[in-house]
Amino acid sequence: EKGAMATGSGKMKEVLTGTTIMACTYDGGVVLGADSRTSSGNYVANKVADKITKVCDKVYLCRSGSAAHTQAVAGYANLYLNQHAIELGEKGVCVRSAANIVKEIAYTNKQWMNAGMIVAGWDKNEGGQVFVVPMGGTLMEVPFAVGGSGSIYINAFVDKNWKPKMTKSECKAFVRKAVSLAISRDGSSGGVIRTVTVDKDEQVKEFLPGNEVQVYHDEIQFSQGAQKVEFVKA
Amino acid sequence: FGARRKRVERSDQNKLRSMSGVGSGYDLSVTTFSPEGRVFQVEYAGKAVDNGVAVVGVACKDGAILAVEKPEETKMMLPGSNRRIFTVAKHVGMAVPGKLPDGRQMVSRAQQEAENYKRFYGTTIPTKVLSDRLANYCHAFSLYWHLRPLGSAALTASYDDQGPHIYLSETNGVSYRYYGIAVGKGRQGIKTELERLKLGNLSCREALKIVCKCLIKQRDDTSNKKFEIELAWISDETNKQFVRVPKELAKESEDEAKKEIEQEDEDSDDMES
Repeated sequence: EKGAMATGSGKMKEVLTGTTIMACTYDGGVVLGADSRTSSGNYVANKVADKITKVCDKVYLCRSGSAAHTQAVAGYANLYLNQHAIELGEKGVCVRSAANIVKEIAYTNKQWMNAGMIVAGWDKNEGGQVFVVPMGGTLMEVPFAVGGSGSIYINAFVDKNWKPKMTKSECKAFVRKAVSLAISRDGSSGGVIRTVTVDKDEQVKEFLPGNEVQVYHDEIQFSQGAQKVEFVKA
Repeated sequence: FGARRKRVERSDQNKLRSMSGVGSGYDLSVTTFSPEGRVFQVEYAGKAVDNGVAVVGVACKDGAILAVEKPEETKMMLPGSNRRIFTVAKHVGMAVPGKLPDGRQMVSRAQQEAENYKRFYGTTIPTKVLSDRLANYCHAFSLYWHLRPLGSAALTASYDDQGPHIYLSETNGVSYRYYGIAVGKGRQGIKTELERLKLGNLSCREALKIVCKCLIKQRDDTSNKKFEIELAWISDETNKQFVRVPKELAKESEDEAKKEIEQEDEDSDDMES
Protein backbone atom coordinates (compact mmCIF):
# COMPACT_ATOMS: atom_id res chain seq x y z
CA GLU A 1 0.00 0.00 0.00
CA LYS A 2 1.16 3.51 -0.60
CA GLY A 3 1.13 4.42 3.07
CA ALA A 4 0.08 8.04 2.53
CA MET A 5 -2.52 9.76 4.64
CA ALA A 6 -5.29 11.65 2.91
CA THR A 7 -4.96 15.17 4.23
CA GLY A 8 -7.72 17.68 4.42
CA SER A 9 -7.31 18.70 0.79
CA GLY A 10 -7.57 15.00 -0.24
CA LYS A 11 -4.21 14.96 -2.07
CA MET A 12 -1.74 12.17 -1.26
CA LYS A 13 1.88 13.07 -0.65
CA GLU A 14 4.51 11.04 -2.42
CA VAL A 15 6.31 8.48 -0.29
CA LEU A 16 9.83 9.69 0.22
CA THR A 17 12.89 8.32 1.84
CA GLY A 18 13.93 11.61 3.40
CA THR A 19 16.89 9.89 4.68
CA THR A 20 20.39 9.49 5.85
CA ILE A 21 22.44 7.05 3.79
CA MET A 22 26.16 6.54 3.61
CA ALA A 23 28.84 4.15 2.50
CA CYS A 24 32.54 4.08 3.17
CA THR A 25 35.57 1.98 2.33
CA TYR A 26 37.83 0.37 4.87
CA ASP A 27 40.89 -1.80 4.56
CA GLY A 28 39.51 -4.76 2.57
CA GLY A 29 35.86 -3.84 2.01
CA VAL A 30 33.00 -1.40 2.41
CA VAL A 31 30.36 -0.62 5.02
CA LEU A 32 26.98 0.78 3.93
CA GLY A 33 24.69 2.45 6.45
CA ALA A 34 21.19 3.93 6.48
CA ASP A 35 18.39 5.05 8.79
CA SER A 36 14.96 3.39 8.50
CA ARG A 37 12.36 6.15 8.26
CA THR A 38 10.07 6.39 5.21
CA SER A 39 7.93 9.49 5.41
CA SER A 40 4.95 10.71 3.45
CA GLY A 41 4.66 14.34 4.48
CA ASN A 42 4.52 14.22 8.28
CA TYR A 43 3.32 10.63 8.41
CA VAL A 44 5.94 7.95 8.99
CA ALA A 45 4.87 5.30 6.52
CA ASN A 46 7.52 2.80 7.59
CA LYS A 47 9.69 3.18 10.67
CA VAL A 48 11.76 0.08 9.99
CA ALA A 49 12.40 0.48 6.26
CA ASP A 50 15.34 -1.20 4.54
CA LYS A 51 16.99 1.36 2.33
CA ILE A 52 20.00 -0.81 1.47
CA THR A 53 19.06 -3.07 -1.44
CA LYS A 54 21.14 -5.84 -2.97
CA VAL A 55 21.51 -5.39 -6.74
CA CYS A 56 23.85 -8.31 -7.30
CA ASP A 57 26.26 -10.51 -5.40
CA LYS A 58 28.47 -8.32 -3.20
CA VAL A 59 27.04 -5.04 -4.53
CA TYR A 60 24.44 -2.99 -2.67
CA LEU A 61 22.50 0.19 -3.36
CA CYS A 62 21.56 2.86 -0.79
CA ARG A 63 18.35 4.63 -1.80
CA SER A 64 17.23 8.19 -1.05
CA GLY A 65 14.59 10.40 -2.63
CA SER A 66 11.40 8.90 -4.01
CA ALA A 67 10.81 5.38 -2.68
CA ALA A 68 9.03 4.38 -5.91
CA HIS A 69 11.74 5.69 -8.21
CA THR A 70 14.61 4.13 -6.31
CA GLN A 71 12.84 0.79 -5.99
CA ALA A 72 12.27 0.80 -9.75
CA VAL A 73 15.93 1.63 -10.42
CA ALA A 74 17.04 -1.14 -8.06
CA GLY A 75 14.72 -3.56 -9.85
CA TYR A 76 16.13 -2.73 -13.27
CA ALA A 77 19.70 -2.78 -12.02
CA ASN A 78 19.08 -6.22 -10.52
CA LEU A 79 17.63 -7.45 -13.83
CA TYR A 80 20.50 -6.23 -15.97
CA LEU A 81 23.14 -7.36 -13.52
CA ASN A 82 21.69 -10.87 -13.30
CA GLN A 83 21.89 -11.16 -17.09
CA HIS A 84 25.37 -9.67 -17.02
CA ALA A 85 26.55 -12.16 -14.39
CA ILE A 86 25.37 -15.06 -16.58
CA GLU A 87 27.24 -13.71 -19.60
CA LEU A 88 30.42 -13.14 -17.62
CA GLY A 89 30.39 -16.56 -16.01
CA GLU A 90 32.84 -17.12 -13.21
CA LYS A 91 34.44 -13.75 -13.77
CA GLY A 92 31.95 -11.97 -11.52
CA VAL A 93 30.33 -8.56 -11.87
CA CYS A 94 32.44 -5.48 -11.02
CA VAL A 95 31.09 -2.82 -8.70
CA ARG A 96 31.93 -0.32 -11.43
CA SER A 97 29.59 -2.04 -13.89
CA ALA A 98 26.77 -2.06 -11.35
CA ALA A 99 27.31 1.63 -10.65
CA ASN A 100 27.44 2.42 -14.36
CA ILE A 101 24.08 0.75 -14.97
CA VAL A 102 22.49 2.69 -12.10
CA LYS A 103 23.98 5.85 -13.57
CA GLU A 104 22.70 5.12 -17.10
CA ILE A 105 19.17 4.66 -15.77
CA ALA A 106 19.37 7.79 -13.61
CA TYR A 107 20.86 9.94 -16.36
CA THR A 108 18.63 8.80 -19.23
CA ASN A 109 15.53 9.40 -17.13
CA LYS A 110 16.75 12.47 -15.32
CA GLN A 111 13.67 14.51 -16.27
CA TRP A 112 11.34 12.24 -14.35
CA MET A 113 13.53 11.04 -11.52
CA ASN A 114 13.91 12.03 -7.90
CA ALA A 115 16.64 9.68 -6.73
CA GLY A 116 19.99 10.07 -5.02
CA MET A 117 21.80 6.77 -4.71
CA ILE A 118 25.03 5.28 -3.45
CA VAL A 119 26.37 2.05 -4.98
CA ALA A 120 28.95 0.19 -2.93
CA GLY A 121 30.40 -3.30 -2.87
CA TRP A 122 33.40 -5.54 -3.27
CA ASP A 123 34.87 -7.29 -6.30
CA LYS A 124 38.03 -9.34 -6.62
CA ASN A 125 39.85 -7.01 -9.02
CA GLU A 126 39.52 -3.68 -7.25
CA GLY A 127 38.41 -4.60 -3.72
CA GLY A 128 35.94 -2.39 -1.88
CA GLN A 129 34.59 0.59 -3.82
CA VAL A 130 31.98 3.30 -3.29
CA PHE A 131 30.27 5.12 -6.16
CA VAL A 132 27.82 7.96 -5.68
CA VAL A 133 25.04 8.70 -8.20
CA PRO A 134 23.41 11.93 -7.01
CA MET A 135 20.30 13.44 -8.60
CA GLY A 136 20.97 14.30 -12.22
CA GLY A 137 22.90 11.13 -12.99
CA THR A 138 26.60 11.83 -12.48
CA LEU A 139 28.83 8.98 -11.43
CA MET A 140 31.76 9.47 -9.10
CA GLU A 141 34.04 7.00 -7.38
CA VAL A 142 34.77 8.19 -3.87
CA PRO A 143 36.36 6.74 -0.72
CA PHE A 144 33.19 7.54 1.27
CA ALA A 145 29.84 9.15 0.54
CA VAL A 146 26.78 10.43 2.38
CA GLY A 147 23.35 11.10 0.92
CA GLY A 148 19.75 12.00 1.70
CA SER A 149 18.24 14.90 3.59
CA GLY A 150 20.14 14.03 6.78
CA SER A 151 23.50 14.03 5.07
CA ILE A 152 23.94 17.79 5.23
CA TYR A 153 24.25 17.62 9.01
CA ILE A 154 27.09 15.14 8.91
CA ASN A 155 29.15 16.26 5.89
CA ALA A 156 31.67 18.04 8.07
CA PHE A 157 31.72 15.19 10.57
CA VAL A 158 32.57 12.51 8.01
CA ASP A 159 35.02 14.73 6.16
CA LYS A 160 36.91 15.25 9.38
CA ASN A 161 36.67 11.77 10.86
CA TRP A 162 37.03 9.36 7.95
CA LYS A 163 40.50 7.95 7.65
CA PRO A 164 41.87 5.54 5.07
CA LYS A 165 42.60 1.92 5.99
CA MET A 166 40.25 1.68 8.98
CA THR A 167 39.50 -1.76 10.35
CA LYS A 168 36.10 -3.35 9.84
CA SER A 169 34.86 -2.66 13.37
CA GLU A 170 36.21 0.91 13.35
CA CYS A 171 34.37 1.54 10.11
CA LYS A 172 31.09 0.07 11.34
CA ALA A 173 31.27 2.19 14.48
CA PHE A 174 32.05 5.26 12.37
CA VAL A 175 29.03 4.66 10.11
CA ARG A 176 26.71 4.10 13.06
CA LYS A 177 27.95 7.24 14.79
CA ALA A 178 27.52 9.36 11.69
CA VAL A 179 23.99 8.13 10.98
CA SER A 180 22.96 8.60 14.62
CA LEU A 181 24.18 12.21 14.49
CA ALA A 182 22.12 12.84 11.36
CA ILE A 183 19.07 11.20 12.93
CA SER A 184 19.36 13.52 15.93
CA ARG A 185 19.04 16.61 13.72
CA ASP A 186 17.02 15.53 10.65
CA GLY A 187 13.29 15.10 11.15
CA SER A 188 13.04 12.87 8.08
CA SER A 189 15.58 10.39 9.43
CA GLY A 190 15.03 8.01 12.31
CA GLY A 191 14.20 4.50 13.46
CA VAL A 192 16.96 1.89 13.44
CA ILE A 193 20.41 2.05 11.87
CA ARG A 194 20.95 -0.66 9.28
CA THR A 195 24.45 -1.54 8.10
CA VAL A 196 25.75 -3.89 5.44
CA THR A 197 29.38 -4.98 5.51
CA VAL A 198 30.87 -6.42 2.31
CA ASP A 199 34.34 -7.84 1.94
CA LYS A 200 36.13 -10.80 0.42
CA ASP A 201 34.63 -13.35 2.80
CA GLU A 202 31.17 -12.13 3.71
CA GLN A 203 28.24 -9.82 3.10
CA VAL A 204 26.48 -9.22 6.40
CA LYS A 205 23.33 -7.21 7.02
CA GLU A 206 22.92 -5.94 10.58
CA PHE A 207 20.75 -3.49 12.39
CA LEU A 208 21.10 -1.41 15.49
CA PRO A 209 17.75 -1.26 17.33
CA GLY A 210 16.27 2.17 18.03
CA ASN A 211 16.96 2.05 21.74
CA GLU A 212 20.63 1.38 21.12
CA VAL A 213 21.06 4.32 18.75
CA GLN A 214 23.14 6.93 20.48
CA VAL A 215 21.31 10.09 21.51
CA TYR A 216 22.72 13.55 22.06
CA HIS A 217 21.73 16.86 23.64
CA ASP A 218 19.17 15.60 26.19
CA GLU A 219 16.94 13.89 23.67
CA ILE A 220 14.31 11.67 25.19
CA GLN A 221 15.86 8.23 25.57
CA PHE A 222 13.78 5.46 24.02
CA SER A 223 13.00 3.03 26.78
CA GLN A 224 11.98 -0.61 26.72
CA GLY A 225 8.89 -1.82 28.46
CA ALA A 226 6.38 0.07 30.60
CA GLN A 227 7.48 3.35 31.99
CA LYS A 228 7.74 3.79 35.75
CA VAL A 229 5.56 6.71 36.81
CA GLU A 230 6.25 8.39 40.09
CA PHE A 231 3.51 10.35 41.73
CA VAL A 232 4.65 13.43 43.56
CA LYS A 233 3.06 13.72 46.93
CA ALA A 234 1.01 16.81 47.30
CA PHE B 1 4.09 -22.69 -63.04
CA GLY B 2 4.98 -24.77 -60.01
CA ALA B 3 5.52 -27.86 -62.13
CA ARG B 4 7.86 -26.04 -64.51
CA ARG B 5 9.90 -24.70 -61.61
CA LYS B 6 10.31 -28.18 -60.23
CA ARG B 7 11.67 -29.44 -63.54
CA VAL B 8 14.16 -26.60 -63.76
CA GLU B 9 15.31 -27.14 -60.18
CA ARG B 10 15.86 -30.82 -60.75
CA SER B 11 18.08 -30.21 -63.72
CA ASP B 12 20.11 -27.70 -61.73
CA GLN B 13 20.41 -30.25 -58.98
CA ASN B 14 21.68 -32.77 -61.46
CA LYS B 15 24.34 -30.33 -62.58
CA LEU B 16 25.37 -29.62 -59.02
CA ARG B 17 25.43 -33.27 -58.15
CA SER B 18 27.91 -33.92 -60.84
CA MET B 19 30.01 -30.95 -59.74
CA SER B 20 30.14 -31.28 -55.93
CA GLY B 21 28.66 -34.65 -55.15
CA VAL B 22 28.26 -33.95 -51.47
CA GLY B 23 25.21 -31.74 -51.03
CA SER B 24 22.85 -33.72 -53.22
CA GLY B 25 20.04 -31.22 -53.05
CA TYR B 26 20.17 -30.52 -49.34
CA ASP B 27 22.60 -27.69 -49.89
CA LEU B 28 20.42 -25.27 -51.75
CA SER B 29 19.43 -23.17 -48.77
CA VAL B 30 20.76 -22.44 -45.36
CA THR B 31 17.44 -23.43 -43.79
CA THR B 32 17.69 -27.05 -44.95
CA PHE B 33 19.19 -29.90 -42.94
CA SER B 34 20.61 -32.96 -44.64
CA PRO B 35 19.44 -36.38 -43.41
CA GLU B 36 22.71 -36.67 -41.48
CA GLY B 37 21.95 -33.43 -39.69
CA ARG B 38 24.36 -31.19 -41.56
CA VAL B 39 23.67 -27.70 -42.80
CA PHE B 40 25.72 -27.64 -45.99
CA GLN B 41 25.51 -23.94 -46.73
CA VAL B 42 27.21 -23.21 -43.41
CA GLU B 43 29.89 -25.78 -44.17
CA TYR B 44 30.45 -24.24 -47.61
CA ALA B 45 30.82 -20.84 -45.96
CA GLY B 46 33.50 -22.39 -43.79
CA LYS B 47 35.28 -23.51 -46.95
CA ALA B 48 35.59 -19.87 -47.96
CA VAL B 49 37.75 -19.44 -44.87
CA ASP B 50 39.64 -22.70 -45.36
CA ASN B 51 40.64 -21.84 -48.92
CA GLY B 52 41.44 -18.22 -48.20
CA VAL B 53 44.52 -16.40 -46.97
CA ALA B 54 46.53 -17.88 -44.13
CA VAL B 55 45.98 -16.18 -40.77
CA VAL B 56 47.80 -17.08 -37.55
CA GLY B 57 47.22 -16.01 -33.98
CA VAL B 58 49.42 -16.88 -30.98
CA ALA B 59 49.21 -16.00 -27.30
CA CYS B 60 52.68 -15.67 -25.74
CA LYS B 61 54.01 -15.00 -22.29
CA ASP B 62 53.74 -11.22 -22.51
CA GLY B 63 51.18 -10.62 -25.24
CA ALA B 64 49.37 -11.86 -28.35
CA ILE B 65 50.19 -11.65 -32.07
CA LEU B 66 48.10 -11.77 -35.24
CA ALA B 67 49.63 -12.35 -38.66
CA VAL B 68 48.17 -12.57 -42.15
CA GLU B 69 49.94 -13.75 -45.28
CA LYS B 70 48.49 -12.05 -48.33
CA PRO B 71 49.50 -13.07 -51.83
CA GLU B 72 49.95 -10.14 -54.20
CA GLU B 73 46.80 -10.01 -56.29
CA THR B 74 48.09 -7.63 -58.92
CA LYS B 75 51.33 -5.74 -59.43
CA MET B 76 49.38 -2.50 -59.72
CA MET B 77 48.14 -2.67 -56.10
CA LEU B 78 49.86 -0.57 -53.47
CA PRO B 79 51.36 -2.63 -50.65
CA GLY B 80 49.28 -2.18 -47.55
CA SER B 81 45.97 -2.25 -49.42
CA ASN B 82 43.13 -4.50 -48.38
CA ARG B 83 44.18 -4.67 -44.79
CA ARG B 84 42.93 -7.69 -42.95
CA ILE B 85 43.82 -6.73 -39.40
CA PHE B 86 41.65 -4.21 -37.56
CA THR B 87 41.45 -2.61 -34.14
CA VAL B 88 38.17 -3.38 -32.41
CA ALA B 89 38.96 -1.53 -29.19
CA LYS B 90 42.16 -0.34 -27.55
CA HIS B 91 42.70 -3.68 -25.89
CA VAL B 92 41.35 -5.92 -28.70
CA GLY B 93 42.36 -6.52 -32.30
CA MET B 94 40.95 -8.76 -34.99
CA ALA B 95 42.18 -10.48 -38.15
CA VAL B 96 39.70 -11.67 -40.79
CA PRO B 97 40.40 -14.70 -42.94
CA GLY B 98 38.09 -15.66 -45.79
CA LYS B 99 36.00 -13.13 -47.65
CA LEU B 100 37.26 -9.68 -46.71
CA PRO B 101 33.95 -7.81 -47.20
CA ASP B 102 32.14 -10.32 -44.99
CA GLY B 103 34.95 -9.98 -42.50
CA ARG B 104 34.55 -6.23 -42.42
CA GLN B 105 30.93 -6.72 -41.35
CA MET B 106 32.14 -8.79 -38.43
CA VAL B 107 34.72 -6.20 -37.44
CA SER B 108 32.12 -3.45 -37.59
CA ARG B 109 29.76 -5.46 -35.39
CA ALA B 110 32.57 -6.23 -32.95
CA GLN B 111 33.42 -2.54 -32.69
CA GLN B 112 29.80 -1.72 -31.93
CA GLU B 113 29.57 -4.47 -29.32
CA ALA B 114 32.74 -3.24 -27.62
CA GLU B 115 31.53 0.36 -27.59
CA ASN B 116 28.05 -0.50 -26.33
CA TYR B 117 29.48 -2.68 -23.61
CA LYS B 118 31.72 0.13 -22.42
CA ARG B 119 28.81 2.57 -22.56
CA PHE B 120 26.51 0.36 -20.50
CA TYR B 121 28.84 -1.47 -18.11
CA GLY B 122 31.58 1.10 -17.67
CA THR B 123 34.39 -1.40 -18.22
CA THR B 124 36.20 -2.66 -21.33
CA ILE B 125 34.59 -5.72 -22.87
CA PRO B 126 36.09 -9.03 -21.74
CA THR B 127 37.36 -10.96 -24.77
CA LYS B 128 35.27 -14.02 -24.02
CA VAL B 129 32.11 -11.92 -24.08
CA LEU B 130 33.10 -10.21 -27.33
CA SER B 131 33.99 -13.44 -29.05
CA ASP B 132 30.79 -15.18 -27.87
CA ARG B 133 28.67 -12.29 -29.10
CA LEU B 134 30.42 -12.33 -32.46
CA ALA B 135 29.86 -16.06 -32.80
CA ASN B 136 26.17 -15.59 -31.99
CA TYR B 137 26.02 -12.86 -34.64
CA CYS B 138 27.52 -15.17 -37.26
CA HIS B 139 25.15 -17.95 -36.25
CA ALA B 140 22.12 -15.73 -36.72
CA PHE B 141 22.85 -15.58 -40.45
CA SER B 142 22.26 -19.31 -40.69
CA LEU B 143 18.71 -19.12 -39.34
CA TYR B 144 16.96 -17.20 -42.11
CA TRP B 145 16.26 -18.17 -45.69
CA HIS B 146 16.75 -14.65 -46.98
CA LEU B 147 20.30 -14.32 -45.58
CA ARG B 148 23.51 -16.12 -46.40
CA PRO B 149 26.18 -17.05 -43.86
CA LEU B 150 29.28 -14.86 -43.64
CA GLY B 151 32.24 -16.30 -45.51
CA SER B 152 34.80 -15.23 -42.99
CA ALA B 153 35.90 -15.83 -39.41
CA ALA B 154 37.27 -13.55 -36.72
CA LEU B 155 40.59 -14.20 -35.02
CA THR B 156 40.65 -11.98 -31.95
CA ALA B 157 43.73 -10.99 -29.97
CA SER B 158 43.52 -9.18 -26.66
CA TYR B 159 45.33 -8.50 -23.42
CA ASP B 160 43.27 -7.82 -20.33
CA ASP B 161 43.62 -8.34 -16.60
CA GLN B 162 43.48 -12.09 -17.16
CA GLY B 163 46.44 -12.12 -19.55
CA PRO B 164 46.78 -12.41 -23.35
CA HIS B 165 44.00 -14.20 -25.24
CA ILE B 166 43.44 -15.55 -28.73
CA TYR B 167 39.88 -16.45 -29.70
CA LEU B 168 38.48 -17.73 -32.97
CA SER B 169 34.82 -16.99 -33.78
CA GLU B 170 33.72 -19.11 -36.75
CA THR B 171 30.94 -18.60 -39.25
CA ASN B 172 29.01 -21.61 -37.97
CA GLY B 173 28.61 -19.92 -34.58
CA VAL B 174 31.27 -21.54 -32.40
CA SER B 175 33.94 -19.63 -30.59
CA TYR B 176 36.93 -21.10 -28.81
CA ARG B 177 39.99 -19.83 -27.03
CA TYR B 178 43.40 -21.00 -28.26
CA TYR B 179 47.05 -20.93 -27.24
CA GLY B 180 47.76 -20.65 -30.96
CA ILE B 181 45.65 -21.18 -34.08
CA ALA B 182 45.95 -20.98 -37.85
CA VAL B 183 43.18 -20.77 -40.44
CA GLY B 184 43.19 -20.61 -44.22
CA LYS B 185 45.56 -22.21 -46.70
CA GLY B 186 48.30 -24.29 -45.14
CA ARG B 187 46.74 -24.22 -41.71
CA GLN B 188 47.51 -27.86 -40.98
CA GLY B 189 51.25 -27.36 -41.41
CA ILE B 190 51.25 -24.19 -39.34
CA LYS B 191 49.20 -25.81 -36.57
CA THR B 192 51.69 -28.69 -36.42
CA GLU B 193 54.52 -26.18 -36.04
CA LEU B 194 52.70 -24.25 -33.34
CA GLU B 195 51.94 -27.39 -31.36
CA ARG B 196 55.67 -28.04 -31.10
CA LEU B 197 56.30 -24.71 -29.39
CA LYS B 198 55.95 -23.81 -25.74
CA LEU B 199 54.07 -20.62 -26.45
CA GLY B 200 53.68 -19.75 -22.81
CA ASN B 201 57.45 -19.36 -22.51
CA LEU B 202 58.02 -17.29 -25.63
CA SER B 203 58.14 -13.54 -25.65
CA CYS B 204 56.26 -11.68 -28.35
CA ARG B 205 59.44 -10.58 -30.13
CA GLU B 206 60.63 -14.17 -30.40
CA ALA B 207 57.23 -15.32 -31.55
CA LEU B 208 57.09 -12.70 -34.33
CA LYS B 209 59.91 -14.38 -36.16
CA ILE B 210 58.45 -17.85 -35.62
CA VAL B 211 55.06 -16.79 -36.93
CA CYS B 212 56.64 -15.26 -40.05
CA LYS B 213 58.54 -18.47 -40.57
CA CYS B 214 55.37 -20.57 -40.34
CA LEU B 215 53.59 -18.37 -42.85
CA ILE B 216 56.41 -18.31 -45.37
CA LYS B 217 57.01 -22.05 -45.12
CA GLN B 218 53.42 -23.00 -45.88
CA ARG B 219 53.44 -21.12 -49.17
CA ASP B 220 53.37 -23.11 -52.34
CA ASP B 221 56.75 -21.81 -53.42
CA THR B 222 56.77 -23.09 -56.95
CA SER B 223 54.74 -20.06 -57.94
CA ASN B 224 57.43 -17.61 -56.71
CA LYS B 225 54.80 -14.92 -56.42
CA LYS B 226 55.17 -11.88 -54.23
CA PHE B 227 53.39 -11.77 -50.92
CA GLU B 228 52.92 -9.42 -48.02
CA ILE B 229 52.84 -10.29 -44.34
CA GLU B 230 50.62 -8.13 -42.16
CA LEU B 231 51.64 -8.20 -38.50
CA ALA B 232 49.97 -6.76 -35.44
CA TRP B 233 50.31 -7.34 -31.72
CA ILE B 234 49.28 -6.38 -28.21
CA SER B 235 51.83 -6.80 -25.42
CA ASP B 236 53.50 -5.32 -22.38
CA GLU B 237 55.81 -3.55 -24.81
CA THR B 238 52.89 -1.81 -26.53
CA ASN B 239 51.40 -0.88 -23.18
CA LYS B 240 48.61 -3.43 -23.64
CA GLN B 241 47.27 -1.61 -26.69
CA PHE B 242 46.62 -3.36 -29.99
CA VAL B 243 48.84 -1.83 -32.68
CA ARG B 244 50.51 -2.82 -35.93
CA VAL B 245 54.02 -4.10 -35.51
CA PRO B 246 56.35 -1.21 -36.47
CA LYS B 247 57.61 -1.47 -40.06
CA GLU B 248 61.27 -1.98 -39.18
CA LEU B 249 60.53 -4.71 -36.66
CA ALA B 250 58.14 -6.42 -39.07
CA LYS B 251 60.68 -6.36 -41.87
CA GLU B 252 63.39 -7.57 -39.50
CA SER B 253 61.28 -10.53 -38.36
CA GLU B 254 60.38 -11.43 -41.92
CA ASP B 255 63.99 -11.25 -43.10
CA GLU B 256 65.25 -13.31 -40.17
CA ALA B 257 62.57 -15.88 -40.86
CA LYS B 258 63.53 -16.08 -44.54
CA LYS B 259 67.17 -16.47 -43.59
CA GLU B 260 66.39 -19.33 -41.20
CA ILE B 261 64.32 -21.10 -43.84
CA GLU B 262 67.14 -20.80 -46.39
CA GLN B 263 69.56 -22.12 -43.79
CA GLU B 264 67.33 -25.10 -43.07
CA ASP B 265 66.95 -25.79 -46.78
CA GLU B 266 70.72 -25.71 -47.25
CA ASP B 267 71.23 -28.00 -44.27
CA SER B 268 68.67 -30.48 -45.60
CA ASP B 269 70.30 -30.31 -49.07
CA ASP B 270 73.68 -31.00 -47.47
CA MET B 271 72.21 -33.98 -45.64
CA GLU B 272 70.71 -35.36 -48.80
CA SER B 273 73.95 -35.11 -50.75
